[in-house]
Amino acid sequence: MNKLFTNLMGWVDARFPATETFEYHMSKYYAPKNFNFWYFFGVLSMVVLVNQLVTGIWLTMSYNPSGEGAFDSVEYIMRDVEYGWLLRYLHSTGASAFFVVVYLHMFRGLLYGSYKKPRELIWLFGMGIYLCLMAEGFFGYLLPWGNMSYWGAQVILNLAGAIPFVGGDLVQWVRGDFLISGATLNRFFALHVVAIPLVLVALVFLHLVALHHVGSNNPDGIEIKKNKGPDGVPLDGIPFHPYYTVHDLVGIVVFLAVFCAVVFFFPDGGGYFLERPNFEPANPLKTPEHIAPVWYYTPFYAMLRAVPSMFGSAFPGVIVMGAAIAILFVLPWLDRSPVKSIRYKGWMSKVWLGILVVSFVVLGYLGVQPSNGHTLGIGNTLLAQILTVLYFAYFLLMPFYTSIEKCKPVPDRVTGGSH
Amino acid sequence: MSTDGVNAGRRRLLIGATAAVGAVGVGYVAVPFVKSWNPSAKAKAAGAPVTADISQLEPGQKMTVEWRGKPVWVVRRTPEMLAGLKRIEPSLLDPASENEAQQPAYARNEFRSIKSEYLVLTGICTHLGCSPLFEPEKAKLESTWEGGFFCPCHGSKFDLAGRVYKGVPAPKNLEVPFHSYTSDKVLVIGVDKEHA
Repeated sequence: MNKLFTNLMGWVDARFPATETFEYHMSKYYAPKNFNFWYFFGVLSMVVLVNQLVTGIWLTMSYNPSGEGAFDSVEYIMRDVEYGWLLRYLHSTGASAFFVVVYLHMFRGLLYGSYKKPRELIWLFGMGIYLCLMAEGFFGYLLPWGNMSYWGAQVILNLAGAIPFVGGDLVQWVRGDFLISGATLNRFFALHVVAIPLVLVALVFLHLVALHHVGSNNPDGIEIKKNKGPDGVPLDGIPFHPYYTVHDLVGIVVFLAVFCAVVFFFPDGGGYFLERPNFEPANPLKTPEHIAPVWYYTPFYAMLRAVPSMFGSAFPGVIVMGAAIAILFVLPWLDRSPVKSIRYKGWMSKVWLGILVVSFVVLGYLGVQPSNGHTLGIGNTLLAQILTVLYFAYFLLMPFYTSIEKCKPVPDRVTGGSH
Repeated sequence: MSTDGVNAGRRRLLIGATAAVGAVGVGYVAVPFVKSWNPSAKAKAAGAPVTADISQLEPGQKMTVEWRGKPVWVVRRTPEMLAGLKRIEPSLLDPASENEAQQPAYARNEFRSIKSEYLVLTGICTHLGCSPLFEPEKAKLESTWEGGFFCPCHGSKFDLAGRVYKGVPAPKNLEVPFHSYTSDKVLVIGVDKEHA
């Protein structure tokens, strides 16, 4: 039996690099031995991606992408298709879970300087993935054709309409109609289920190829390839398979327990995963009383609202919102610190990272609140303006505070790690 | 690849010329893909004018009709509401309707309407396209409120002539669609002297 398998693999390997690829990416891919809690979220993103692809394909089998049929077909999936409710809740909860794990994965990058040289391209591919996810969320949200779907898409599409001169024509081109209609829904469906997923999967592939080419960073921000044993294996590295495959399985099980609890007991996430006005069909004549995007866009939405119109145009707010995302792309070139990890950076980097997290979370909260309300005695709009400035300050001041602060000495070898 | 006796300049020219011709080809191939996203002939045909019977509209009431898929409001304003338009002017961004794109010439007056009593507006906020709410009661939103429209999405405020307040996200007055009256009580939206 064993001999038969060896012969078979020999036959395949002569024609396709099966063993070689497995060794390069798994059994001889040496990952730092000191990965901690934060290193689960990369693999969890992969788990959620597979969930979205599989449940998404199954949903397309019963969904009808037309203005007349979309809303009813979602109810048909929920009521008449066997286990249709489960497939849909796995998909809708998966969308929120995707952003949870990706935000934590990105935070890990900020924490340990994983975007720094030589991993700039990993970061850029990752940001491309993040943009694709946002597009997936946006296009996918129109598909149930509920009233919040309709008006949410109306607001976001009109953001593009604020672009001077070409905005109006651009929006009409994207809608394919003079208003959001079945034509818009149909093309969003095509983008959501075919075009963006193809790009997304390609970017995930590139993200991993680039990662495995330079090797993983770690909580100490030390390049383990600098300390190799006589066999050429990094002294602080352990083979990804079997050590991290088994290790990650534990994280996956814990994640799935939490994920399934939401799917089975709180599928609407208290109105944040599935918003209540979306339980009535799209109505082009009536905006829901209180309109808010899904939670994963709310920090950027709060920034948009915080900026007043200038010169008779809402464009400045759109620029600020776009810049808040775009500035993440140049992060590798803003950090001038000689060290990668927050463990060895000075106090200013730590304070600023804390400010960023607080700003982002509170902006996320403000994005679902009415803009004329108050939080902690401060007007929501003023608070959002202050936090928007702080969010940008984290990035724009980074070249200064990372170059003047005093860092701690970085050890030669990684610390911790129980393997 | 042998590089003996290669004329490097000619090779560069040929590569450049081939790439340029190829790029032009790609540009032409892109045209049908880009153009197919424009509104179809069917969508264009759906923009026919609509007629509204306003005989049942009581003073102070609003009715909504659908034209080109958008809500169009008809509000019958009371004399008290019309008087309020003057009082609120200091709070407005463009009280004299100086932005000509927001209304036809015949509605560019102090009431922004053909007949002072009847206000006709496209019920789409000029900020990001939500449909504002009708709040006709005085002092409802704030003590100086003379009645008007409030956009629930981003808090923009408009008076009972659709004129935008200062300091709100919306940059322009609500649009007055082109319209005309075929009789005292019948309004046609989408038809006027210039647009038949």
